[in-house]
Amino acid sequence: MNRPIRLMSVGCILLFLALLLNVNYVQAWQSDELNDQAANTRARDAEFSRERGPILVADDPIAESRPVDDTYQFQRRYNQPLIYAHLTGFFSYRYDKTGVELTENDFLSGDDPRLLVNRIIDLVTNEEPQGGSALLTIDRVAQQAAFGGLMDLPANAKGAVVALRPDTGEILAMSSVPTYDPNLIATHNFKQGAGNWRSLNNNPAQPMFNRAIQGRYPPGSTFKLVTSAAALSSGQYTPDTGVTGTAVLDLPQTDLVLRNHTGGSCGAEEITLTQALAVSCNTAFGSVGMDLGPGALADQAERFGFGQDVLDDLPSDAESVFPRNADQPQTGYSAIGQFDVATTPLQMAMVAAGIANDGLVMKPYLISELRSPDLDTVEEADPQELSEAVTPEVAEQLQQMMVEVTNNGTGESAQIEGIEVGSKTGTAERSSEQHPYAWFVSFAPVEDPQVAVAVFVEDANVPRSEITGGGLAGPIARAVMEAVINQ
Amino acid sequence: MSVSTPTPPGRSRGTGSGSGGAIVHRTRRTAELMLLILALAIGVGAYAIVGLAREGSIPADIVVYGGGLTALAVAAHVVRRFFAPYADPVLLPIAVALNGIGLAMIQRIDMSLEASDSPFGPFGPSQLLWSAVGVALFCAVLVVIRDHRRLQTLTYTWGLVGLGLLILPLLPGIGVNINGSRIWISMLGFSFQPGEIAKVCLVVFFAGYLVVNRDALALAGKRFLGIDFPRGRDLGPILVAWAASLGILVFQRDLGSSLLFFGIFVVLLYVSTERPGWLFLGGGMFLGGAYAGYYLFGHVRNRVEGWLDPFGDIDTYAQIVQAQYGLAWGSLLGRGLGEGSPTLVSYAWSDFIATALGEELGLTGLMAIILLYAFIVERGLRTALICRDAFGKLLAVGLAVSLALQVFVVIGGVTRLIPLTGLTTPFLSAGGSSLVANWAIIALLLRISDHARRPPPEVWAPEPDDATQVVKLR
Repeated sequence: MNRPIRLMSVGCILLFLALLLNVNYVQAWQSDELNDQAANTRARDAEFSRERGPILVADDPIAESRPVDDTYQFQRRYNQPLIYAHLTGFFSYRYDKTGVELTENDFLSGDDPRLLVNRIIDLVTNEEPQGGSALLTIDRVAQQAAFGGLMDLPANAKGAVVALRPDTGEILAMSSVPTYDPNLIATHNFKQGAGNWRSLNNNPAQPMFNRAIQGRYPPGSTFKLVTSAAALSSGQYTPDTGVTGTAVLDLPQTDLVLRNHTGGSCGAEEITLTQALAVSCNTAFGSVGMDLGPGALADQAERFGFGQDVLDDLPSDAESVFPRNADQPQTGYSAIGQFDVATTPLQMAMVAAGIANDGLVMKPYLISELRSPDLDTVEEADPQELSEAVTPEVAEQLQQMMVEVTNNGTGESAQIEGIEVGSKTGTAERSSEQHPYAWFVSFAPVEDPQVAVAVFVEDANVPRSEITGGGLAGPIARAVMEAVINQ
Repeated sequence: MSVSTPTPPGRSRGTGSGSGGAIVHRTRRTAELMLLILALAIGVGAYAIVGLAREGSIPADIVVYGGGLTALAVAAHVVRRFFAPYADPVLLPIAVALNGIGLAMIQRIDMSLEASDSPFGPFGPSQLLWSAVGVALFCAVLVVIRDHRRLQTLTYTWGLVGLGLLILPLLPGIGVNINGSRIWISMLGFSFQPGEIAKVCLVVFFAGYLVVNRDALALAGKRFLGIDFPRGRDLGPILVAWAASLGILVFQRDLGSSLLFFGIFVVLLYVSTERPGWLFLGGGMFLGGAYAGYYLFGHVRNRVEGWLDPFGDIDTYAQIVQAQYGLAWGSLLGRGLGEGSPTLVSYAWSDFIATALGEELGLTGLMAIILLYAFIVERGLRTALICRDAFGKLLAVGLAVSLALQVFVVIGGVTRLIPLTGLTTPFLSAGGSSLVANWAIIALLLRISDHARRPPPEVWAPEPDDATQVVKLR
């Protein structure tokens, strides 16, 4: 009987060998693939249980992991949640992540290869990985000014502010209202979190929507800066070139006409380009735009960043658009920022910043530094040029035209004593039942620009006649500029 | 086999030293003691780590568990020292190590279940109790059954007992349906899987039956493809075994046991007759039964589909999917005892304890556990090889192969090597019936091994000039 027993012995060894090979296949070979599956909650649970690195503004953590006594050991807390909600985003169990929590997730969670040395030490000491921290470019005072300004608007007003440092592209302030409290979604009480998620999502004011980068709106008269840039760059115009100043501009091929905001003329039958910008003359820029054609306007817009995904540090930012194939009357409307022109507040801040930075548009960024858990700098942001929008000469002409807007035009509300400010207002019409959008873009000081701002206000519940860029949005822009300059 | 010969058995192959050149096995009792200490260190250490990981301190009741496990191991060791001194020294330490690892893991799962207010558990206290019952049975077997051949005298009684135990869950009143399978009985607040005990009884029965009838069953019938197939008139026993296995599949919906019983019978049929034809015939009948089962029974189809593509329907096959995730999460070195999420897999304390261990001890730990089983099986088969009587050989093969098949079917099932069939993982799974039965198996293997390794009785010629010699028969 020994021969069959030996054979059975070999058979049993084969059975065990098959078991061993199979567990090797699952645990070694397939491990990563299985861990990455969406339905696999283990990886998510572990990520959720880690001490995630903080998100910092200056040295203040605006998001941090605090030890708690529950299954997950650490609760993500957002300090000053309303002011920074759209920047930090949230880190939740069921609703994934948004904002910097998403874009810098690997670094904050400690998985980033740049934290490899720490990871290896963690592995050896069997510690859970600790995340690194992300320092934002945000200027705390400017951010507070932006948020405070938006909150002081008439009830139910929505809007956004973006402030950039023109020569680097650092985002100094970014605020969007209405805002929300990310703690409501990050809570470990999942049932409550789900309820909060639903009510925030069902809120028609869309508090979780970051209007500064996700919303696209007609820029109205602030777009005249782009039209001016195209005109000056074409070589056919100087700031002193005479343009039409009539009350009504007849649009070819249609029965439509273009009127000025005031209904009257822009001061004279013929005015200079500088004067036209200062009083925001629709008929003048309508005709200049039709003269240049949609192609030239579109090219100029793209040199300012239109049509590009310009921001990497926050998720799902929208591209601004200009209708390249508009016909003549549509081009007339487009040249004053109506029709199908749609921009994000960030994009309009980039237009102001590009002009302020002698024509060079810097790529905007929000993360200034990544630090290891030991607070060593792992990576520092490196300012990058996005494009040259206009030549330094044209930029300087535009700067002077914008100063004229502040000093002798519609931008008076942005005047700061002792400092030269360049600005442009905008009021974008929607249908007659809806409140128009109010815009304001500016930069200061003109001789050494430290800040460029775009302010956008939507649905301010005030009489139609009071909604102008200068009236509603200008004071906010000034407050933000002062916050940066006075430091 | 027993032929009068002037040479004592073993002498012809003898290579060892000692009187007359016969193999003299050392008792290796001290080696066993050392291995036992190692096994206890693993089991108790595992429980200490569980406490440290889950609650930050060594659990207070480690005195109960560590002390209890140590007491059981010492008791088993002492009994085997006196009643089976020559038995294999490796089997008992492996059983203790596995039992200890199982206890620690079950404690750890209890903690998670309690934390999540699960309606299940705790399983730890009863598992310790059943370990004691198992070791008590282990001792009883060694003390009461001094010679395994005495089991052969009651061959058909064992068969009847085994059959009775198998049918027990089908009786109304005491049988209960759990998860669609009717393999449990519930009495006095305890639930019990009599099939586990039936397994041991049936192995004894198969060995006893085949030892008597193997000559007839070995007769060659038709030759086909170079293999001698048995005669048609000898097919009765295998057909009965096949029908009984199908009966288990149909009436108890227990895929695993069905496969296990038929597999053991076919293997023993082959070993006893040395006719590979039985293996092929049995394999063919198994395939036929499996094929029919796939088309006739929804639960069989489910298992196969959950094996082929569980990720296609994660909700239906959550258990096997979560088990795969757990294994992947454990990866090479594991999360560490107490640091994984094994309770995401339902029944992590019983059928799926292997994947729970794979998650927390990693590939390394799971491979070590599989190898422990492989050692038990190979030591069992080795015992069969050196055993001097046919019944003992068959019994040892049957017990060893039953363990191998069971481990293959359950670990292969939960790690998705083969379709999932419900069986307990020997010594690890929470469950009294399984523990008790497996301790009995180890005791029987030790008994046979002791018999086989015991020095052969002295053979002597009473007077040199006598014409006859006295030879003690094997």
